[in-house]
Parts: sequence; structure tokens; C-alpha cells
Amino acid sequence: MIKEYSSILNVAGPLLLVEGVQDVKYEELVEIYTGSGEKKRGRVLEVDKDKALVQIFEGSTGIDVKNCRVRFLARTLHIGVSADMLGRIFDGLGRPKDEGPEIIPEAILDINGAPINPTARNYPNEFIQTGISSIDGINTLVRGQKLPIFSGSGLPHNRLAAQIIRQSKVLGGKEEFAVVFGAMGITFEEANFFIQDFTKSGALERVVLFLNLADDPAIERVSTPRVAFTVAEYLAFEKGLHILVVLSDMTNYAEALREISAARKEIPGRRGYPGYLYTDLASVYERSGRIKDKKGSITLIPILSMPEDDKTHPIPDLTGYITEGQIILSRSLYRKKISPPIDVQQSLSRLKDKGIGKGKTREDHADLFNQLIACYARGKEAAELSVILGEAALSDLDKIYLKFSQAFEEKYILQGEDEDRTIEQTLDLGWELLRQVPRTEMKRVREEYLQRYYDKE
Amino acid sequence: MRKGEITKVSGPLVVAKGMTGSKMYDVVRVSEERLVGEIIELSGDTASIQVYEETSGIGPGEPVYMTDHPLFVELGPGLIESIFDGIQRPLDIIRDQTGDNISRGIEIPALERDIKWHFKPLVKKGDMVKPGDIIGEVKETVLVIHKIMVPHNIEGKIKTIKQGEFLVTDNICEVETKNGIVSLTMLQRWPVRQPRPYKERLAPTVLLSTGQRVIDTFFPIAKGGTACCPGPFGSGKTVIQHQLAKWAEAEIIVYIGCGERGNEMTDVLMEFPELKDPLSGEPLMKRTVLIANTSNMPVAAREASVYTGITIAEYFRDMGYSVAVMADSTSRWAEAMREISGRLEEMPGEEGYPAYLSAKVSSFYERAGRVKAIGIPERLGALSVIGAVSPPGGDLSDPVVQATLRVVKVFWSLEDKLAYQRHFPAISWLNSYSLYIDDVGEELNKKIAKDFTDLSKEAMRLLEQEAELQEIVRLIGVDALSPEDRLILEGARSIREDFLHQNAFHEIDTHTSLKKQYLMLSACLFNYNKAKDALARGAVFSDIIKMEVREKIARMRYLPESEIDRIDKIKDEIVKEFDRLIKGEKIQEKKEEVEQDKQEQKEKVEETAVESKEKKKINGTKESREEK
Repeated sequence: MIKEYSSILNVAGPLLLVEGVQDVKYEELVEIYTGSGEKKRGRVLEVDKDKALVQIFEGSTGIDVKNCRVRFLARTLHIGVSADMLGRIFDGLGRPKDEGPEIIPEAILDINGAPINPTARNYPNEFIQTGISSIDGINTLVRGQKLPIFSGSGLPHNRLAAQIIRQSKVLGGKEEFAVVFGAMGITFEEANFFIQDFTKSGALERVVLFLNLADDPAIERVSTPRVAFTVAEYLAFEKGLHILVVLSDMTNYAEALREISAARKEIPGRRGYPGYLYTDLASVYERSGRIKDKKGSITLIPILSMPEDDKTHPIPDLTGYITEGQIILSRSLYRKKISPPIDVQQSLSRLKDKGIGKGKTREDHADLFNQLIACYARGKEAAELSVILGEAALSDLDKIYLKFSQAFEEKYILQGEDEDRTIEQTLDLGWELLRQVPRTEMKRVREEYLQRYYDKE
Repeated sequence: MRKGEITKVSGPLVVAKGMTGSKMYDVVRVSEERLVGEIIELSGDTASIQVYEETSGIGPGEPVYMTDHPLFVELGPGLIESIFDGIQRPLDIIRDQTGDNISRGIEIPALERDIKWHFKPLVKKGDMVKPGDIIGEVKETVLVIHKIMVPHNIEGKIKTIKQGEFLVTDNICEVETKNGIVSLTMLQRWPVRQPRPYKERLAPTVLLSTGQRVIDTFFPIAKGGTACCPGPFGSGKTVIQHQLAKWAEAEIIVYIGCGERGNEMTDVLMEFPELKDPLSGEPLMKRTVLIANTSNMPVAAREASVYTGITIAEYFRDMGYSVAVMADSTSRWAEAMREISGRLEEMPGEEGYPAYLSAKVSSFYERAGRVKAIGIPERLGALSVIGAVSPPGGDLSDPVVQATLRVVKVFWSLEDKLAYQRHFPAISWLNSYSLYIDDVGEELNKKIAKDFTDLSKEAMRLLEQEAELQEIVRLIGVDALSPEDRLILEGARSIREDFLHQNAFHEIDTHTSLKKQYLMLSACLFNYNKAKDALARGAVFSDIIKMEVREKIARMRYLPESEIDRIDKIKDEIVKEFDRLIKGEKIQEKKEEVEQDKQEQKEKVEETAVESKEKKKINGTKESREEK
């Protein structure tokens, strides 16, 4: 039975306290009708005896204590999903935002989903070729992985994400894929960039967009990734599609969460973010993956801007603990006009070891990238020294490494936005660069691969 | 069943009234969905309950059923090879029954009720038994013989005991006690928050070998010891935990995935049945129990998962096994405590963590140890605990790290700087320590080689010297160092790259026996000492670092265990090459002199040739001009 109350006790920030309620459930969906007849939505954050604390998605503007009516809908936040959602644009709560018709749902699902049973998961090990050397060669992305892009303001993370979306493919297979894009608090320009890019490459009809832009209600953002994932799960595990979920920008999401937490006067954790930020982020990120005996998969690329480029800030920090690696963009590389400015030393893909090698990429891949990174690291060390002491102070070997690291940045990392390198090209390029370094230094490569690849030519 | 009524729901915390008669840490069932919860605060007739499942859709007025027993685990045959959630529900069976996603209110017993085990009695009718006595055994897997012990509080004379195939719930034995006849099953229960008793605690002095070079040689852990590995994300905590779970020389492994990634547990689930234990040659899964409470599973169950895991481990310890517990990650456990504490509106300590954080952490690690178990026959068991800690930003001043470091005896400090250079395991050799090294070192000297600890000390000295020299290099460049000092840098580099660095994903390098570790380290140091010698005898530094044998040293790691005697041959080669170097140098010097003479003559010839050419040229131009 649906009940309506007009007994609002107080309104503070995005929160509303209603008293005298009966049979209200935790997380229940709420509709609020303001005096002027406007409808807003919210959900129950806490029930204590006859008091219910409600979080309003659209913000509390226009709500007063006297004339507002609050209706409890006796269900949690659900969304109707359908395969027809492909090619459509929705708002942050899943309501159509384009000119198109309402969606006729094939299923109605709770946006919170249910955790995947760890025994039901299938280990992600299918290589995705993004055509970007510094990802394919060094920080390989695999299907079902969650690999965030850690960026900063002014860095080209959107271009990188767009390039990944454009170029991604699985070797030797033509399978159906789709993109679910969740925008949280990004500007119109940024959203438009993606829409334009999708239109240009003809991908728009394979994309479901959820847009909560910078001027949309901030509290709504908390639900946007969950709505996006609910659709992604439906398309992946019911319809058998391979889904790439892109979420941008997780920093705005976490800030919305902080706003609610502050309004509830909770004890804050680091930098004012709630203590449950880790759990909350995990309940979003962990929805990606592969499931045994199911055709589809969900690969997740969340984008987040690190405040002050600080990797230890709670948002990137906690994200890094949940996701399977991270792609970090470097401002100093970008200044050197190396683009995409992927910091290959700090970036990491934890799942690469299972996604590369014979039958997936090539047998020498693992040894090769270990060697490349080791050499690059040594080159960077030499570069640091040469800044202080001048190049003349370096040993001969260090000079070789220094040259190597420069060539690595200029040939391997630097790549045009339309340049789509195959994995063979990427690997061969790696060997070509390594030949600058003496053979005795190839400590991380098996002898047979040295003979087969290093000694070639 | 007595019941109370919900008055408040806030995330995983539920408050109920009418709970008179319930005790702290009693398990309750919340609402008609029968969600599992545990009482964590009592005040008058109201109880605060942490709920181990998602609470959305639950509201005031719904019932709370009391069970009058604390949170316990089921102990008996069937534990090995299982995967449980934080409160010991079998995840594989849940999947069979409810599908790929975990739903709520599931009630499935931890141990399978319809498997028959072959029980072999070890006592006979008329024997007197006391708690902890072994009455029989079950061959649970090829690796594990599950010993059935007399439960606590039961003492008396065996009236009947059976042999044959039984379910875990079947009566296998009747004991005549003071209070009448008690029948025993293979299944026992034990409350998770209460440590299992033992007869006597012994000092942990026996090495728990792990096959990881940096750990065994420099920072070893003892059987029954405690270790922690704090590090920022990407520094390889989980890989180290997995490596230890794979290669640690323990008879039973309990792996607790506490609030970590789902795919990591899948990795273990898929890999362990395939990997072979180096000692027995059997699949590693045959000795492993998994507890998986991934980060997206309910937060309160995460708090319980470490207790569930360690209680199961204690049970196997009591059978006389050496058990190793991996907890990845204890930070997530502490965060779960923080979240519940926040909801209870308790006054927070540091960083919002509850004030009792360090007490909880230390009492958890204190459940480790090498013990003499109660009961007969007399047996020694060991329980080692290795906890990963994930401090925010890798900051070691984090309260969880500090609380942990106060109790654990081994500290493996993981550094992101090493990880960026892809130096794995990224255990810092300068900051880490092991307090077991003296006791364990003696054992190594006896078992492996007399000079094992001497070598490891020498290597460590070299690494320390390197760190000092690096500071100088950073200021004034490597050229300012004397050849001797540069040799130290080279020697240390060799230890770092050829010994400490270990590739967990290489089929041979992933595990190194103690013998091979000794040989490898001694070859590295032998090479360094020979080089030092050669330098003193006049060899040139740049020639020493160009030696061919260096490549062989770098490849020692890839030698299979069956061919490790080839390392001694490398030593011979080192000797030969240095001999050649020193002798060769003298010949070369002569050669150079001769060559120099030749060159000078050549130059003279060339000069004259050039002169004549130039003359010709000049003449030529003259001629051409004249022609014009």
C-alpha cells in the first residue's frame, strides 16, 4: 500500500526528515511533491522508529516544511531495461533525455544489483587490442577487467578513452560489442566531445549514454553508475554482448557521496570522505567481469581526475585498491608533447599476465615488456643523474640507457590519435628499441626469445 | 523461537527492541528474509545488530529472531578444497542453488551433509578419552588426513565406536561421561571469536620455507610466526600472498580474501587445482581452504571473515599440522570495524577507526603460534599468520599498519618505487626486518650450508653500502667513485637483479629451493669477491663489468632444480675468466704496444701518401687551369 505524508520535520542540504511514518523500508524509493506541484525523487537512507531520513536526488530547492507531500513507493529504485536502449541518451537516473520514445522494458531490475558469487566468475584472460602501444605492450587490457585512467585537469584522458573505445577489438573474432557510458558531473563540452566522436566513428548506435552533467543535480550522480551498470549487466549477461563501461568522472561521484555524508553528520574518514568510500566504490566497480557459461562480459574503464595530480588522494587511492591496475597520465610527458602521456612506470595492468603470451599475443610478450620496463627505468634514473651532473658524468652504459629511454618515449609511447598499431607492430617496435642496448643486459628475457627476436635482422 | 522487533535500520546496522535475554555476540535472524546478524551492543532491551547481508527493503516493525548461540564455524571433514563466504557459507553450493549472484537469507550448512567419509577409529571400546584426544581419522584428500578429536567439555569412557562410511552428522562414537552417555559425530562447532585452547605454547624457531629468495634468505618467517606486508596498491601484496599460499612449506593453507577483488579469488580457484605442490606433487587445492568475502559483498561479513578463517586454521593446528593463514587484506577488516563503529556512533580514535582497533588487531595475530596441542597422542602444531595491509597512499603511519607492526615479528615493506622498476617481489631490503632470523639462521646453517647466514649477512652489507654510495653518486656522479666503490655498486646490483628479483609468473623462477638459494647467492658473492681480487691485482674496472660469465650468473634463476649443480660450474668459469682477464691483460698490454708501433708506422705511411695525393691534386688543378 502506498502512503503519503505531509509531516516533514526538517530539510537540510539534500536530506529530508519525515516523521510519523509507518512501514517504511531502508533504501525505499520516495516521491516528493512540492507546493508548486513539482515532482522530485529520493530514497530512504535511514529509518529510526517513526522517522525516515530521505535523500533527494534532485536537490532540495523548492521544498518547504508545510506544503510538501512525501510518498513512499514501497519498492527500491528500479529501472526498466531493454536492448532498445542502445543508441539512446538518458539522464543520470535512466529517464530518456533525447527525443526518442519511452523505453518499453523487457525487465525491471534493482539498480543495486547483487554481488557476483566469486565461484561464478570466469577469470578475465582474453586480450583486447586497443591499438595503443603503451597499453597493449606494457599494460595489457583484457576482457572483463576494470582498468581506470588516473588523470589530472588539462590532460587528454577523454581523447585517450575515445581512442580506446574506437579501436578496441578482440583478435580473431567478430563479436558483438557495445558501450555503456556514464557521465557524472562532466561539462557539456566533454559530453559533446564523446557524442561527436561516437557519431563520427559510427559507434553511436552501439552506445547507451547516461548523462548527468555538471549543472544537473549532484545527488543524482550517486545513482548514475549503478543505473549504467544495471543496463550493462542486462546487455552482457542476458543478451550476450561484450560491454565496455566508461564512467567519467569518478571524482565527481565521490564528492556527491561526501556531500550526503556531511549532511548526515557522519564521522568523516580521510579528507572528509565517508569511511565507507572503499565499500561504496567497490559495490560499483566489482560489478564488472565475466561469468562462467555466459557469453557476454563487462570491461570497465572509469576515468577520474586526481586532485593536484596526487595519487594518494583517497579517490584514486581507494580506486587503485579495487581495480585491476591503473593507467596513469603524466603531466611531464604531456609537456614534452608525448601523447598519449601514459606513465608506463606507474601504470599497471594486473591481469596482463594471463592475457598475454603464446596463443594470445605472442610468446615473447611477457619477457619483452619486463625488459622494456627495466631498461626504461634505468634510463630514467640516468636521466635524473644527468640533470644534476650533466651527461658527461654518466657511464657509457648509462648513456646507452639514457638514449634508449628517450627513443622509447618518442617512438613507443608517442602515438597519433588515429594510429592503430597491431600487437605485432607493438612487439616488434619493442625489440627494435631494445637492440640499442647490449645483449648482456637482457637479463629478463629467455635465451630462446633473444635468439628468435633480438638477434633477428 | 523468541523474537524482538526492529526499530531502526541504517545500512548494515539494525537496532531492535524486545531483545531481553539475548547475549553479546549472539547470532540473530533479521526479518522474514532471515538475514544473518550478530548482536554487538546491548542496552536495556534494545540490541544493536550488525547484519551480514544487504539490508535494503528492511524496515521498523519487522521481527528479529534470536538463536541463543554465538557465531560459530562447523569443523569436520569437507573443509579442505571448499570456498566459503565470511560466515562460512559454501559459495559453490550457493551458486548451484541460487545462481550467479548472491541473494539474501540463504541457509546452507557449511559442510556438505550428503557426503560419506570413511572413518577409521584409533581408540577402542573401554578407552578413557579426554578433550582433544584423537579418536579416529578420515582421509579427506590425498594430502590431508583429517583427525577427529574429542570435543571440549567431554570426558569419559568409550562405550561404542564404529568403523565405516559415515555422514558428518552420523553418530560414530558413544562416550560414557559423568553426566550420561554422549554420542559424537565427526562434526563439531566452535565460536569464531574464541581462540581454541592448547596445552603449551612454544617459541617459533623452525623455518617456514616459502621458496621466495628475498624472504627465506633475508627475512624468514618461522612456523607459528606472524608477518605482515604493508604496501601501496600495485606493489604486489596479493602476488606475495598468492606465492606464499602456493609455495609455503605448510600442510594446510587457509586463504582469507577479505574485502578484496572478486577476480583474485577466481584466480586462486582456477589456478590452485592445477598447480602442483613442490613437496608432494599433488594439486595445491588439496590442502587449501578458501574464505572469500570480496569487496562488494556485505561489509559486516568481512569483519567476521578473518575470525572464521583463523578458527578453521586453529582446528587443523590442533590436529598437529603446520598451518599458514594468509589474510588479504587486514585493512579491509579494520575498515569494516570502522564502518560499524561509526554507525554505532562510538567516539572514534585515529582516522575514524575505533579506539579498540589495536586491541583487536593484536588479539588476532596472537592466535598464531607453535603449540603443543591438548589431548593424546602428543602432537605439535603451528599456525603462522601472514597479513597484508593496504595503507592509504602507502603511508606507513596509518593506524592499521602501526597497530600491526607492534605485534608482528616479520615486516616485509613493499615499496612502489621498486614496483615501478618492475623489481618484484618489491620487498625493500633496507626497511624490512625479521626477528626470527637468529633462530632460523642456526637451522639453515645446520641444514643447508655452514656459511648460509654469513653469506646473507655479507650480501646485506653490500646492499647497505650500495645505498650509502648511491647518495654520493646522486650528488657528484659515478665517476667520482673509486673503482673499488664502483665494484660494490656492481656487486650489489648483481645481488638485486640476479638474486632478489624473482619472477612469480615464470614456471621455474617462481619457486627456489633453499639449496638453490644458497648456491645462487654464493655464486653472486663469489663473483664479486673474485672481481675485488682481480681489481687489486691490476685488472681494469671496465673489463670486469664486461665479463661474459655475468650473463650466466643472470640466468642461474632459470636452472631447474634438477640441474642446480651447474651453478658450481659457473663458479669454475668465473675463476677461469678472471684468470684469463688478469693474464690476458698482460698479453694485451704487449699487444697494444706492438699495435701502437704499427699504427704509428701506418700513420707515417698514410701521411706520405696523403702528401703525395695532395701534390697530385695541386698539380692536377694546375694542369686543368693550364688546359683552360
